[in-house]
Amino acid sequence: MRELVAPALAIAVCVLVGNLLILAVGQQPLEVWSVLAAGTWGNGYGIGQVLFKATPLALAGLSVAIALNAGLFNIGAEGQLSLGALATAVVGLALPRSTPWPLALFAAIGAGVIAGAVVGAIPGVLKARFGAHEVIGTIMLNFIVLALINWLVAPGRLAQPESQSTAPVIAAATIPRLSSFVPALGGSAASLAALLAVAVAWLTHFGFRRTTLGYELVAFGLRPAAAEAGGIRAGRVIVVAMALSGGVAGLVGANNVLGYKHYFEAGFSGGIGFMGLAVALLGRNHPLGILLAALLFGTLSQGALAINGVVPKELIDVLQAIVILAVVAASSDVLRRGTR
Amino acid sequence: MSPTPLASLRAVSKSFGETRAVQGVDLDVASGEVLAVVGENGAGKSTLMRMLAGIHAPDSGQVDVAGRPLAPRPAAAIAAGIGMVHQHFMLVGRLSVAENVVLGEEPRRGFFLDLGRARAAVRELSREHGLAIDPDRLVDDLSVGERQRVEILKVLYRGTRLLVLDEPTAVLTPDESRRLITMARAFAAREGHAVVIVSHKLDEVLSVADRIVVLRRGCKVSTALRGATTAEELADAMVGRHVELPRRTAGDAPREGSALLELRGLKVRRDDGTIAVDGICLGVRGGEIVGVAGVEGNGQAELVSAVAGLARPAAGSIVLSGRDVSRLDVAERQALGLAVIHEDRQLRGLLLGLSVAESFALGRTSEWTRRGLFDRGRLAASAAAGMKRFDVRADGPTTPVAALSGGNQQKVVCAREVGRQHVVLVAAQPTRGVDIGAIEVIYRELLADRARGAAILLISADLGELRALCDRILVLYRGRIVGEATAQEASDERLGRWMTGAESVGEARDA
Repeated sequence: MRELVAPALAIAVCVLVGNLLILAVGQQPLEVWSVLAAGTWGNGYGIGQVLFKATPLALAGLSVAIALNAGLFNIGAEGQLSLGALATAVVGLALPRSTPWPLALFAAIGAGVIAGAVVGAIPGVLKARFGAHEVIGTIMLNFIVLALINWLVAPGRLAQPESQSTAPVIAAATIPRLSSFVPALGGSAASLAALLAVAVAWLTHFGFRRTTLGYELVAFGLRPAAAEAGGIRAGRVIVVAMALSGGVAGLVGANNVLGYKHYFEAGFSGGIGFMGLAVALLGRNHPLGILLAALLFGTLSQGALAINGVVPKELIDVLQAIVILAVVAASSDVLRRGTR
Repeated sequence: MSPTPLASLRAVSKSFGETRAVQGVDLDVASGEVLAVVGENGAGKSTLMRMLAGIHAPDSGQVDVAGRPLAPRPAAAIAAGIGMVHQHFMLVGRLSVAENVVLGEEPRRGFFLDLGRARAAVRELSREHGLAIDPDRLVDDLSVGERQRVEILKVLYRGTRLLVLDEPTAVLTPDESRRLITMARAFAAREGHAVVIVSHKLDEVLSVADRIVVLRRGCKVSTALRGATTAEELADAMVGRHVELPRRTAGDAPREGSALLELRGLKVRRDDGTIAVDGICLGVRGGEIVGVAGVEGNGQAELVSAVAGLARPAAGSIVLSGRDVSRLDVAERQALGLAVIHEDRQLRGLLLGLSVAESFALGRTSEWTRRGLFDRGRLAASAAAGMKRFDVRADGPTTPVAALSGGNQQKVVCAREVGRQHVVLVAAQPTRGVDIGAIEVIYRELLADRARGAAILLISADLGELRALCDRILVLYRGRIVGEATAQEASDERLGRWMTGAESVGEARDA
C-alpha cells in the first residue's frame, strides 16, 4: 500500500494545480475535465488513441525499470530506440515480399531488440570495465547514435530520394491495427503492439520474481557490496541489465515502425525515451504500475488534443511536468537507488 | 547517596512506532559515582541515555538535572552539564584535534578562530584528565582509541559534569580500555561529577562501576552494587534465563593432516596503495579454529577481503584444499568450499530491503535454481530450517530482514554461511554488536562446524571470544603476525603487548 502513496499524491497535486490553471484562463475546471474524459475514455476512437499513445510509453517505462531494478539509471533510451527502429525498418524492408508474417515480424522485431540491446550494453561494458558512470555513458551515446542515424538516413544511403525516411517495410512485417479486430475502436492508431507491451510487462515481472537472474539483478541493485560478497558478478549484472533495458527500448522503436509508420523516419521519437523515466517513476518501478502510469500519460497526451478548443493544450504539458516533479519529490528513494 | 541526585529519570517511557524501547524506567545518577547500564541489544540502553542527553524526548515521565526539569534538546542537556560520547564518532577527519574539540564553540579573536587558545585549552584538558593527545595532529591520522579521546575532550570542553559513555571500550585495546577506566573513575571522583557507562562487557563493568543497572526489553530488571554481584548473575538478568556460553572443550585436538586453508606470504594493499597485509603465512587444518586477534585497522578487513575474493592480493597466494585460488572470483571460491561471514553484516551480509529468505539465498542461488528458474518455495523451506536451527526470532522467511534485531540479522548470515557446503569458514567479528542469546547460538554452531571437520579462521577483537573458541590465536599488528599462542597461553597481558606492537615473537613469519 505504501507504494501507492507517492503516485496518488502526485496525481492529487496535478489535479489541484490543473484546477488553478484552468481557473486562471477563465474556464470551469469540471467542464474541462469532462471534455478531456469524453475525448479519451468517452468513445472507442478515444480509447484506441489512448492505447496507441500508452504503448510506447509503457515499453519505455519498462526499459527504464529493468535497469533501475539493477540500480542502474539508463537514460539512453532515445538512442537505443532510434537505432532499434532503424534496424527494424532496414530488416523489414529487405525481407523478400513472400516472407510469411510470423517470420517477418520475428526478424524485424528481433533486429530492433538486438540493436537496442547493443546500444544499451555499450555503456554497461564501459561501467563494468572502467567504472564509467552509466548516466554519462548513456547520455553521450545518445549523441553518437543519433548522429550516426542522421548520417545513415540520408538520400543515397538508407533514405528515399529527397527525404529523411526509409522505404516502407513489407506488408507481412507490419503489426495489424487493433481496430481490425475490435471495430469499436473506430479507426484509431492502436495496434496489437499494445498487447506486446502487456506481455513484456508480465515477462519483466516474471523475470524479476521467478528467475535467478532477476534475483541477482535486484540483489545487486539494492546492495551491490553484499551482492558481490555473495558471489554475484557485478560486471555481468551491469552488462546484462543494460542490454535487457536497451533491448526493451529497441522494442519501442520496432513498435513505431511496424505498428504505426511502417517506415523509419529520423526524429520520430519526440522524447519518448525520456518520458519512460517519468512512467517508471510514477509506476514505482513495478510492471503493473508502469502499465497504469503509461495509460495515465497516454490519456493526458490524447486529452490535450480534446481540450485544445477550450484551454491551451500546453496546459497538459504543464500537468505532465507537475506529475513528474511531484512523483520525483515523493519518491526520492527511487532516484537515490538509480544514481548510486 | 547525596540528597539531590546529579540527574534523575522518573518513570520515563519511549516508543518508536509499535516498539516500546523504554518502559517506565527510574534512574538516579548520584554525584561521585560511576553507574553502569547493561543489557542486550535492543534492551533500551541507548534510548535511555539519549533521553538523558536531550536527544529523544520521553513520551511520558520526566528527566531532571540537578533538581530541575531538562528540556528535551541536546543544547539544553549540554548547558546542564551532560555530555554524551557516542559509539560512532562524529569527527571531521581533515581538521586537527584542537579544531575538532572546539568546533561549534570556537574561541574567537574578532572574526577569526583563535587557534592558539583552542590548542591551549586542549592541552590543559588533556593534562587534567590524563587523555594524552597532540592538539595539532589531524584526526584522520589518529588511531581509534585516540579518536575516542578527542570525542571525550569535546564534551569536557563544553563543561560536562555528567559524562555518558556509550559502549566506550568496544573499539579499544585492553591497555586503552584500562586507561579509559582509570580516567572515568578519576572524573567521577571530582566534586559534583559522575559517569554513566553503557556496556556489554561485564567483566569491565564489574571493575569500573559503583552501581550496575540491568535493562531487559525496555524495563529496569535489577540494580546491583559493586562487589554484590557476579558476571554470571548479570548475564542471566540481561537475558532473563541462565546462560552459559559454549567453549571449546579441551582434549579434542585438531585433526592431523594438511591445512585446508593456507595463506602463503599474502600481501594486500589498501585502496590508497599502502600495505595493509604484509606477507602473512598461516594454515588452518580441518577441525581447527585459528583466531586472529588485533586492534581494528591492522589489516583484518583487507585480509578477509582477499581471502573472500573481493580484493586481489598484491603478492603471495591463497590456497584452498591444496588449490591456489588467488586468481578465482568469489563465486568460484564458494564453489570450492569457502564460506565467509563478513564483518559488516548490513553492508556485505544482507540484502536490506528484501526478505530474510532472499538474504538467505545470497551466494547460494544454485541450490534452488532449475533451468534458470528460481524456486522460491524450496528456498523458503530451506530458509525456515536455517532460521530454526539458528533460533532466528522472526515471523518467517518472508519477513523483511531489516525488521530483525542486529543479533537475529547476524544469525541469518551465520545460518547461510555455516549451512553452505564448505570446507573452510572465515568468520570476521561474528558476534560484534549482537546480544548474548545470539552469541550463544553462534558459538555453538561454530564449534559444531569445527567438530564436523571444517577449518575455521576467526577474526575477532574480543579476546574472551578467541580464548573460548580457538585452538590457536595469532596476533595481527600492522599487517604482520607478531605473535602466536595457544588458548591456554594467551593471557590478556600477553596478547595486549603483541596487539600494541610493544613486543613480538621474533620468528620470521613474514615470508
